Amino acid sequence: MKKLLADKVLDIKPSGIRKFFDIVSEMQDVISLGVGEPDFDTPWHIRDEGIYSLEKGRTFYTSNSGLRELREEICRYLNRRVHLTYDPNKETIVTVGGSEAIDIALRAMINPRDEVLIPQPSYVSYEPCTILADGVPVFIPLQPENDFRLTKEDLLKAITPKTKILILPFPNNPTGAIMERRDLEGIAEVVMEKDLFVISDEIYSELSFLENHVSIASIEGMKERTLIINGFSKSYAMTGWRLGYACGPEELIGQMVKIHQYAIMCAPTTSQYAAVEALKNGDGDVAIMRESYSRRRRYLMHRFKEMSLPCFEPYGAFYAFPCIKEFDMTSEEFATRFLHEEKVAVVPGTAFGDSGEGFIRISYAYSLENLKIAMERLESFVNKLRSEK
Amino acid sequence: MNEMREKILTFIEKNSRVSLKELAIILGVEEITVANEMAAMEKENIICGYHTLIDWEKTTTEKITALIEVRVTPQRGQGFDKIAERIYNYPEVTAVYLISGGYDLMVILEGKTLRDVSNFVSDKLSPQESILSTATHFILKKYKDHGTILAKKSKDERMLVTP
Repeated sequence: MKKLLADKVLDIKPSGIRKFFDIVSEMQDVISLGVGEPDFDTPWHIRDEGIYSLEKGRTFYTSNSGLRELREEICRYLNRRVHLTYDPNKETIVTVGGSEAIDIALRAMINPRDEVLIPQPSYVSYEPCTILADGVPVFIPLQPENDFRLTKEDLLKAITPKTKILILPFPNNPTGAIMERRDLEGIAEVVMEKDLFVISDEIYSELSFLENHVSIASIEGMKERTLIINGFSKSYAMTGWRLGYACGPEELIGQMVKIHQYAIMCAPTTSQYAAVEALKNGDGDVAIMRESYSRRRRYLMHRFKEMSLPCFEPYGAFYAFPCIKEFDMTSEEFATRFLHEEKVAVVPGTAFGDSGEGFIRISYAYSLENLKIAMERLESFVNKLRSEK
Repeated sequence: MNEMREKILTFIEKNSRVSLKELAIILGVEEITVANEMAAMEKENIICGYHTLIDWEKTTTEKITALIEVRVTPQRGQGFDKIAERIYNYPEVTAVYLISGGYDLMVILEGKTLRDVSNFVSDKLSPQESILSTATHFILKKYKDHGTILAKKSKDERMLVTP
């Protein structure tokens, strides 16, 4: 029999999260702080629209790029929230989650050996999607002393003549870091000077606690060299609906639609009808959830301070990324011991890239009651480790 | 300051057991600020009490709740307030609202038995001069009360670790 599998697929490392998931699932009564999705249910009026669309028998395909009404609402939303104008017909595509958009964007742009800059720690799919598209991932380690923001200097250092794309994952999973306008201006300058293209993954854009989220595409000269990726999972608590979108230059969106139409056909129709309702009448829900996350964030920061665990203040997403370097163990060892000894699951920083070493990701997409118990356990664990030294 | 008050109220409306210290932490302000605002709002009767939401059906205590629609003749110079007062002063009455529409007052009453409620209506409400008519509805099942779904036991069904 011929060799069944493709070498480049075999070469892809299994996700570090998966490994940890397998350990956690074996255990009983674990408090998990390891989840990368909201703890809220999708607001009822949105679910109800999805149900209604089923009752009406709207169970057909939509156009490849998505329901026209949804694309129009997406463009209205981007205009309202980040002051950008996109054409719903030519510059917008509805995808199966933000993840599909990342995949097809990279496939639409990469020629073999093109380099893709991936700041890390960051979401787990940029690297494998780049490799699958025959690109070369080049990592930019984000620095704790910069609060894990991408700086102009770090970016410049990583650029080679082969560099084509910069992935900009902010607000960031797993660190909770954000990029403010002045940070983005520095990046934009380099991007334009070096003639790069940006894939801006803004899936957590609604969870920005310092000021309203700024998209790099809104900086002058950047719209034509930016693809915005966003979706409904985090902002409207709609992870299971699998719905995202991308907006960018017509030339690129056209080719992404081509891949999407052959690979996917169209995003799920029920989800698309629900998403129209989310964008039309969901701003209030988003505000309530944002406020709720922010309360928990303040609580966690306060507790870290009480136990003298260093952690920069995360202003985005729903993650905190405390530093555990003082304990002289890898983040995987720390997470594994914490799990076994205190029955709390957190994710080792290294699951998001080597530069996550020395940190753990704590998700606060949990009720305050849960967080309280988990923080008590973290405190006793940290104290135990300190007394062992 | 109004924004701070709103934040405090929105939170304690759902969880009045939170300590001042904790409330200050999660709202990102000084404890003394929260304490002062709470005290002021208690004094101004904006915060009227700190109650507990109980699903009595799950206990062995017998309890029955009735909603009574009451049509009244408003009294000269006092409108509906006087007659409302005559009703709300009974301790078994848990709520009285002035209502627009087909009747005037909505009275919520708690008793131990059906008889308690019917006695109240026949002996205390109906004989009052300004009360024209009443219609009593018994609550058979409470699905949701004070914004809380009573039947639902919420369980986290998410996978334990996801990217």
